[in-house]
Amino acid sequence: MSSHDLGPTAAETDHSHGEPLPADRNRVWTALRSNIPAAVGMVILAVLVVVGVLGDLIAPYGVNEVNVDQMLQAPTWSHPFGTDELGRDVLSRVMVAARVSLMVGAVSVGLALLAGVTLGLVAGYYGGIVDNVLMRCMDVLFAFPVLLLAVAIVAVLGPGLVTAMVAIGVVYAPIFARVTRASVLSVREQVFVQAAVSVGASDGRIMRRHVLPNIAAPLIVQTSLSLAFAILSEAALSFLGLGIQPPKPSWGRMLYDGRGFVQDAWWLGLFPGLAIFVTVLAFNVVGDALRDVLDPRQLSQDEARRAS
Amino acid sequence: MTRFVLTRLAQSAVVLLGVTLVVFLLLQLVPGDPVRVALGTRFDQETYDALRERAGLNRPLPIQYLDYVGSALVGDLGVSFRSGEPVTQIVIERLPATAALALFAVVFALLVAFPLGLISAVKNGSPVDHATRVFSQFGVSVPDFWMGIMGIIVFAGMLGWLPPSGYTSFGEDPWEWFLHLLMPSVTVGLVTAAILTRFIRSSVLEAMSQDYVRTAEGKGLMPRRVVTRHVLRNALIPVVTVAAVQLASLLGGVIVIEVLFAWPGLGRLTYDAVQARDYPVLQGAVLLVAALFLLVNLLVDVLYAKLDPRISVT
Repeated sequence: MSSHDLGPTAAETDHSHGEPLPADRNRVWTALRSNIPAAVGMVILAVLVVVGVLGDLIAPYGVNEVNVDQMLQAPTWSHPFGTDELGRDVLSRVMVAARVSLMVGAVSVGLALLAGVTLGLVAGYYGGIVDNVLMRCMDVLFAFPVLLLAVAIVAVLGPGLVTAMVAIGVVYAPIFARVTRASVLSVREQVFVQAAVSVGASDGRIMRRHVLPNIAAPLIVQTSLSLAFAILSEAALSFLGLGIQPPKPSWGRMLYDGRGFVQDAWWLGLFPGLAIFVTVLAFNVVGDALRDVLDPRQLSQDEARRAS
Repeated sequence: MTRFVLTRLAQSAVVLLGVTLVVFLLLQLVPGDPVRVALGTRFDQETYDALRERAGLNRPLPIQYLDYVGSALVGDLGVSFRSGEPVTQIVIERLPATAALALFAVVFALLVAFPLGLISAVKNGSPVDHATRVFSQFGVSVPDFWMGIMGIIVFAGMLGWLPPSGYTSFGEDPWEWFLHLLMPSVTVGLVTAAILTRFIRSSVLEAMSQDYVRTAEGKGLMPRRVVTRHVLRNALIPVVTVAAVQLASLLGGVIVIEVLFAWPGLGRLTYDAVQARDYPVLQGAVLLVAALFLLVNLLVDVLYAKLDPRISVT
C-alpha cells in the first residue's frame, strides 16, 4: 500500500474549496507510520498481497499434489505446516489460498462500496421520499444477521466463487449506504455546495465533484474495516462448503475438511485459521488507525479526552 | 412517549413487511423449479403435485405473496419439502437450543467485558488498558469457528475435559447439557466480549469527559463515587442497548458454530435446509430470525426511550 492510496481526495479538497480538512495526505501517512501496530499491519498486508499475486510460483509444492505416503505428517523442515489427509503440503495451500481470500474480499467490498455509495449519495442528496424509501430498504437488509443473509443468497444462487462475492457484497452494501448518507447530509448544507447550485451545476456534477471528495474519509475507513469482515465472511461461507469450491484451496474450506482430523493433527486446524486471523487483524488495525486520523468525529472525541 | 412507541411500531411493521417480501422472493429466485430441485431423485408426480399445490406455486405471484404473508401472520409457514411437517413446528423446536447458546454467550461476554471495559477506561493509557485493547482487537478479528476448532483440539483432544461436539437435552441430564454448552457458548461469548469491551470502554470514556463529572470531582467527591454515581449511570444505558442487539443477532447468527459443534439450533437447521434444498424451512428460519431481531430492537428502543426522556422528544 502506498501513500497514494490514502486520502488523495481529501487533500485535493483543500485546494479547491479551502474547507476545513478531515486530513491531508502527509498527515495521514506520517500518523500511520508512527503508529506501530498500523505499520506492522500494513507490512503484513503488503506481504499477503505479494504472496497472493505470486502464490503458486513461490509455493514449495503444488496445491493439489497428492502424496498418500506423506499423509497427516506433523510439521517438519520439508513441510513446515505439516501435510493434510491426502498428503498435500499445508503451507503451499495456505499460500495459494491467500489470493482467493483477498480477491473475494476486494471484489465484494468493491461491489458493496459501489452500490452502497450510490444509494447513500442519492438518498442523502435528494432527501424526502427517495431517501425514505431507500433507507427503509436498507433497514430491511439490516434486519438479517450478516452471515444468515449471505447463506440464504448462496442457497438460492448456488455455491461458488462468484456467488460468494455477490452475497457478501449485498450484505455489506447497506453499511456503506448509511455511512455515505450520514456524511452527505452534513456536506449538503455547506457553502461550497450551495455555491455550485447557484452557478447552475447539475446534480450529477455536484455529487461527483463536490460531495463525493468530501465524504471520502469515512468511506476509506469503512472500506478497510469492511475488508476485514468480508474476509471473515468468505472464510465462514467456505467453512460451510458454500464459498470457494475445491480443488481451489481456501482457508475456510481447509478448516472444514480438516475438522474431522484435528484431534490427531492439530496443524490442520491451526495454520489455515491463523492465516485468516492475521489477515483480518491486519485490516482491522489499519482501519482503526485510519479512523483515528481521518474521521473528524473520532478526532474531536480524542481531543475532548486530551483536554479533560 | 406514546407517540414515539407508535411511530417505532409502525416503522418496524413496515420493515417486517419488507423482510417477508425478501424471504418470499428467496423461493422465487431459485433457478428452475424449486420443488423439482428439492425432490431430486426422490421425484414422483404425486408428491410433486401435492407440494406445489401446498406451497401455492400454481397461482399468480402477487396472490402467492399475499397468501404467504397472510398465513405467516397466523403462524403457518408452509410445510417442509423433505419431511412434509409444518415449518412452524420444525423451527420452534430448534429455538430453545439456540436461545440457550445465545443467552449463555451474552452473559459470559458481559461478565468478561464489563470489568475489562470499565478498568480500561478508568485507567486510560495504563498497561491494563493496552492489554484490554489488544484483547478486544484480537477478539473482533478472530474467526469464531477457528477458535472453536482450537478449543476442540485443546479441551476435547489434549485435555479430554469437554465433549468435542453434540447435544444433550437439559431434561435428560442437566450436567451433560452444561458440558456440551460450555465450549460453543464460550467461543461465541469471547467474540461478543471483545465487541462489548470496546463499546463499554468508549462509552465510559465519553461519560467521564462530561461537565457533570468535572463538577463532581470539583466538589471533592471520591473518585470511586464519581464513577459509580455519575459515570456508570450514564455510560450503561447505551451498553444495555448494544448487549441486547448482540443477543438478538446471536439468536440467528451462530450458524458456523452450531455446525461445528453439531448444536441442534436454528443455525444448524438453516444449514441443513440449505444442504437439502428444503426452501420452506430455510424461509421459515430466516423469517423467524429477522422477526426476532426486529422485535428485540423495538423493545430496546422503547426501553431506551423510557430510561432517557430526551430520545422520545426529538
